[in-house]
Amino acid sequence: MRPLLDTRGKPALVWLGVAIVALALLALPFALATAGTTWVRVANYAILYVLLALGLNIVVGFAGLLDLGYIAFYAVGAYVYALLASPHFGLHLPFWVILPIGAAVAGFFGVLLGAPTLKLRGDYLAIVTLGFGEIVRIFLNNLSRPVNITNGPQGVAQIDPIRIGPLDLSRSDTWLGLTFSGPLKYYYLLLAFVLVIIVINIRLQNSRIGRAWEAVREDEIAARAMGIDTTRIKLLAFAMGATFGGVAGGMFAAIQSFISPESFVLVESIMVVAMVVLGGMGNIWGVILGALLLSFVPEILRWTVEPMQHAMFGEQLVAPEVIRMLIFGLALVLVMRFRPAGLLPSAVRQRELAERSG
Amino acid sequence: MTQVKFGSIILAAAVAAALAACGEQKPAPKAEAAKAPPPPSMEIKIGHVAPLTGGIAHLGKDNENGARLAIEEANAAKIKIDGKEVKFVLVAEDDQADPKVGTTVAQKLVDAKVAGVVGHLNSGTSIPASPLYSQAGIPVISGSATNPKLTEQGFKTQFRVVARDDQQGPAIANFLATENKPKLVAVIDDATAYGEGIANEVEKTLKAANVKVLPREKGTDKTTDWKAVLTKLKGKAPDAVFYGGMDATGGPLMKQGRELGIKAVFSFGDGACTDEMTKLAGPAAEGLLCSQAGIPPQAASKAFLDAYKKKYNVDPILYAPFTYDATNLLIAAMKKVDSADPAKYLPELAKSEFSGATGKIAFDAKGDRKDAEITIFTMKGGKIEPVAVVKGGSTMSYADFLKSMGGG
Amino acid sequence: MDIFLQQVINGLTLGSVYAVVALGYTMVYGIIQLINFAHGEVVMIGAMVAFSVITTLAAAGLPPLALVLLGVACAMVVCMLVGYGVERLAYRPLRGAPRLAPLITAIGVSIILQHVAMLVWTRNVIAFPQIIKIELYTFGGATITNVQLAIVVLCVVIMAGLAGLVYRTRLGAAMRATAQNSKVAGLMGIDVNRVIAATFVIGAALGAVAGVMVGTYYGIAQYTMGSILGLKAFAAAVLGGIGNIPGAMVGGVLLGVVEALGAGYIGDLTDLCRYGWLASLLDERCAQGGHFILFGSNYQDVFAFVVLILVLVFRPSGLLGERVGDRA
Repeated sequence: MRPLLDTRGKPALVWLGVAIVALALLALPFALATAGTTWVRVANYAILYVLLALGLNIVVGFAGLLDLGYIAFYAVGAYVYALLASPHFGLHLPFWVILPIGAAVAGFFGVLLGAPTLKLRGDYLAIVTLGFGEIVRIFLNNLSRPVNITNGPQGVAQIDPIRIGPLDLSRSDTWLGLTFSGPLKYYYLLLAFVLVIIVINIRLQNSRIGRAWEAVREDEIAARAMGIDTTRIKLLAFAMGATFGGVAGGMFAAIQSFISPESFVLVESIMVVAMVVLGGMGNIWGVILGALLLSFVPEILRWTVEPMQHAMFGEQLVAPEVIRMLIFGLALVLVMRFRPAGLLPSAVRQRELAERSG
Repeated sequence: MTQVKFGSIILAAAVAAALAACGEQKPAPKAEAAKAPPPPSMEIKIGHVAPLTGGIAHLGKDNENGARLAIEEANAAKIKIDGKEVKFVLVAEDDQADPKVGTTVAQKLVDAKVAGVVGHLNSGTSIPASPLYSQAGIPVISGSATNPKLTEQGFKTQFRVVARDDQQGPAIANFLATENKPKLVAVIDDATAYGEGIANEVEKTLKAANVKVLPREKGTDKTTDWKAVLTKLKGKAPDAVFYGGMDATGGPLMKQGRELGIKAVFSFGDGACTDEMTKLAGPAAEGLLCSQAGIPPQAASKAFLDAYKKKYNVDPILYAPFTYDATNLLIAAMKKVDSADPAKYLPELAKSEFSGATGKIAFDAKGDRKDAEITIFTMKGGKIEPVAVVKGGSTMSYADFLKSMGGG
Repeated sequence: MDIFLQQVINGLTLGSVYAVVALGYTMVYGIIQLINFAHGEVVMIGAMVAFSVITTLAAAGLPPLALVLLGVACAMVVCMLVGYGVERLAYRPLRGAPRLAPLITAIGVSIILQHVAMLVWTRNVIAFPQIIKIELYTFGGATITNVQLAIVVLCVVIMAGLAGLVYRTRLGAAMRATAQNSKVAGLMGIDVNRVIAATFVIGAALGAVAGVMVGTYYGIAQYTMGSILGLKAFAAAVLGGIGNIPGAMVGGVLLGVVEALGAGYIGDLTDLCRYGWLASLLDERCAQGGHFILFGSNYQDVFAFVVLILVLVFRPSGLLGERVGDRA
C-alpha cells in the first residue's frame, strides 16, 4: 500500500532520505530565486495545484467519485477569504480565523452537492458535478445585484496578504543576511500546508475510513453488505475533498490579492482532474507528480517551444497555450489507453487492472 | 519648445527606421556590431506586457509595436543619461490576458530590474499586477486598461494614458441622450468585468439625465442566442439599447434585434466599436453608435502614423499610439532627471507635461490622464466613422476636433 | 400574449437544435452507456466545415440552397470520419474498462478536437456569409423567419427518419439487440463492433446537420461553441430519457422553451417589488428604482443545469425513458 514509505527494517536509511528531501525542499526556493523570483512564484502556483489535486484525489482516487466541478470549492474558499479580508466589506479578519471558516463553508458546499447526488452512478455524477461547478461560478458572477455580495465580474481587489503577528508574508524581509521575498515566504507556508495535507492523506488512506472508501469504490453493493454506511462515507469524501479545496482557495486569494470568477472556469476543474488521472488515481505520490508535471508544463513550453518556433519559422505558429491544451487532451486519452492507473499507480489499482485484463 | 525638439527626434528616427528597415525583425544586434567602440554606455530595460497569444493577440502585438517604435526612435536619437549613451531595450512579455499569468510576468519584469513598464493591455491583468510594481517602486503606464479600479487602489507607480470606463460610459450615454433623446433605454451587458463596468456607468449617466432605464438584462461573453432577452425588451418598447460587451456577442445581438423588429437605436462601448460588427450583424449593423477610449488611431500625429506604417507596413489598429506615448513618457522623464532610477524619475513622471502622438498628456493625482478624449463613432456603409469627440465633459464634432489638433 | 407567443417560437427553434444534438448523445448512450462528451465538438466541426465550404464556393455563383446542401454534405462526411476515428482510436480499446475511463478519454478527445479546430479556423468568431435571404412571417403579433421554420421542420424529419432506421431496418434491429445485450447479440451473429461504429457515424452525421443549423441560424461560429451546446443538449437528452429517441426530441424542445420563457419571465417573477408585503419591507429600493430583482436573465445558463440535476435526482429515467437509469 505504501511502496515509497516502506520503513520496515532500515529506519536509519529512511530518516537519512527524509532529511535530504527536507533540506532540498527548504533550499529549493533559494536556488529558484537566483534564477528569478518568478520561479518561486511559479513553484507556489504548482504547490497550490498539488493541494488541489490531493483534495480531489480523496474524492476521485480514494472514493472513486468523478467530480468535474471541483474548482467550485476552490472558488468558495477563495471568495470567503476575499470577502472577509478586503476593503469590499471593510472586514480584515486574520487568516487563522478565515481559513477555517473558508474550509468549513467549502465543506458545507461539498455536502450540499453530495447529498442529493450520491445515488447517481459514476458518469451521471460526473455530469451533475460539472453542472454544479458552473452554477457556482455563474452565481459568483451575478451576485452583485440586487444586493452586492461578490462584486460580480469585477472581482474583489486589494485582498489582505497573510500576516502572522508582525510578519507580513507579502513583503521582503532580511534575516541572517538572507533576503526573504514575499513569494519565498509564501512558499514555506504552502510547503507546510502540503506536508500537513500529505500526512492527513496517508493517515486517511490507511484508516477505517480509507478502507471503507476503497470498498465503496470497488463494489458499492458488497460494501453495503459488509455494513458500511455508504451514504455517510461518500458524503465524508465529498466534504473532505471540498475542505482541502477551500483551504487552497483561501491561499490563492491571499497570494493573488485579486480574484474574479474568471479564475474558476470549467477548464480549471478539468486540469485538476487531469493531474490526478495522469499521476495515478489514489496514489498520493502519483498525484503530486501529476500536479507538478502539469503545472510546470506551461513554463517549460514557454522556454522551449517559443524560441524553437522562432528559430525554425521566424515567427510563432502555434501558441504554447494551445500546445499545453493539446498535451492535456492527449495525456488524458493516452493514459486511459495505455496506463489507466497513471504514471505512478496505486498498488490496489494495479492489482485490480491485472485481474480485469486477465 | 520641447514640441519642436520632439518633432525633430521623430523625423530623425523615421529616417533611421527607414535605413534600418532592411534589418527587419532584429536590427538591434546588427546596429550594436556596427558601432564598435562606443563611449561609456548603459542599458535601460523597459518592460511591455500584453497578451501575445489568445483571442486579442493582434491587439497585444499592436500595443507592443507602438512601444517598440518609441524605443527604437529613442535609441536612434542617441540619448545621453548620466553622461552615458543609453541603449533602451524592450522586454516584451505575454500575459495571455490571464490574471495569474499577469502576476507571474510582472514578477519576471521586477526580477529583470526594468526601469519602467508599459502595459498591461487588459484591466483584468493590470489590477493584480499593480501591487507588485508598486512594491518594487517601478512606474507602470497602461495604454489601454480602462477599468477605473486600476488607479483607485492608491498606488503611486500606476498611470494610464487612456480614458477610464467611467469617462467613456458617460460620454456615449450623454451623446445618446442629447442626440437621440430617448425616453426609455434598455441596458444589456455580457457579465464580464468590462461589460458590466461600462454598462453601469451608462445607466448611471442616463438616469442622471432623467432618462428611464429598464432593469438590466445580461448574457455572457459566449451568448449566441439573444432572442429571449430581446423579445422581452421588445415588449417594453425601448427607444435605445446599450450593450456593454465585445463585438463577437454584440453583432448577433443587433442582428437578432432587427430580426425581431426592434427599431431602437443600438449603442455600444469600445469592445464592440470595430468594423467586425458589419460582418457579424450584416446590414443590420448600419447606424449603430459606439465609443472608443481615446482618439481614433487615424487621428494620431502624422509623424507617428508615418513612422509606424514605415516600420511595420500596416496601420496601427487601436492603442499603439498610446503605448508609443507611454514609452516616450518614461524616456522623457528619465532624460529630465538624468537618471533611470525609478525612485528619482517617478516624481518627474507624475508631473509630466508631454505632447505626444495622442495629444497633450498630463496626469492627475491618481495617475489618470487629465482631459482624456473619447471618440463617438457611427456605422456608415459598413465602416465605423468618427462623428464626435468628447473631451473634458464637452462634445465637439470630429471635424472641429481635427482642426483643434492642428495637423499633428 | 404576442410576446409570450414569440418566446415560445424562440424556444421551439432553440429546442429543435438541442433535440438534434441530443439525438447524437442518446444514440451512443443507448448502445454502450457512454456519455460521448466529444459530441459537442463534432457539432462545432460540422459548423466550421460548412462555413469553409460555403465561403469558398459562394464566389462560384451557385444558388443558395445548393450551397447550403453542399456545405451540409461536406460537413457530414468530415464529421462521420471524425466520429469513426474517435470511436476506433479512443473508445473501442477501452471497451470493458472501468466506467470512468471512457468518460475521461472523452474529455481528452473533446479538448483535442477543440484546439485542433482552433488551429484550423482561428480563435475568432467567424461570420457565416448571409446567403439565405431572411424572410419574416408575422402571425398573432409574433414573427418567425424562414430559417427558423426550416430548423423546426428539419428536426421533425430527422427524428422520424431516425426512428424509421432504428425500428424498420436490419441495422436498426442490430442496434437494438446490441443495446439490450451486446454479448448475446454477438453470439447471434451480429458484428457488435460494426454496429457501434455505425451508431457513432450516424450520430456524428446528425451532429454535422445540427452544426450547420446553428451556423446559419445565428450567423456565427467559433471553436468554443460546441461545449456549452453539447452540455445543454445532454441535459435535454437526460430530460427526455437518455437512450430514447423520441425522448431526445421532447427533452430538447422542452429545454429550449424552458430557457426562453425562463430568460423572458424570471426577472419579472422574482422582482420582489411586485409582491405587496415584500415591497413594503424593501421600501427604499422599490421606491427608488422600482425593482428588486432576485434572478434576471443572467441566470439563463443555469436552467439547463438545474433541470439536469433535478431530473437525475428525482427521475433518472427521464420523461419518456423506460430503462432504469441506476445500474450501479
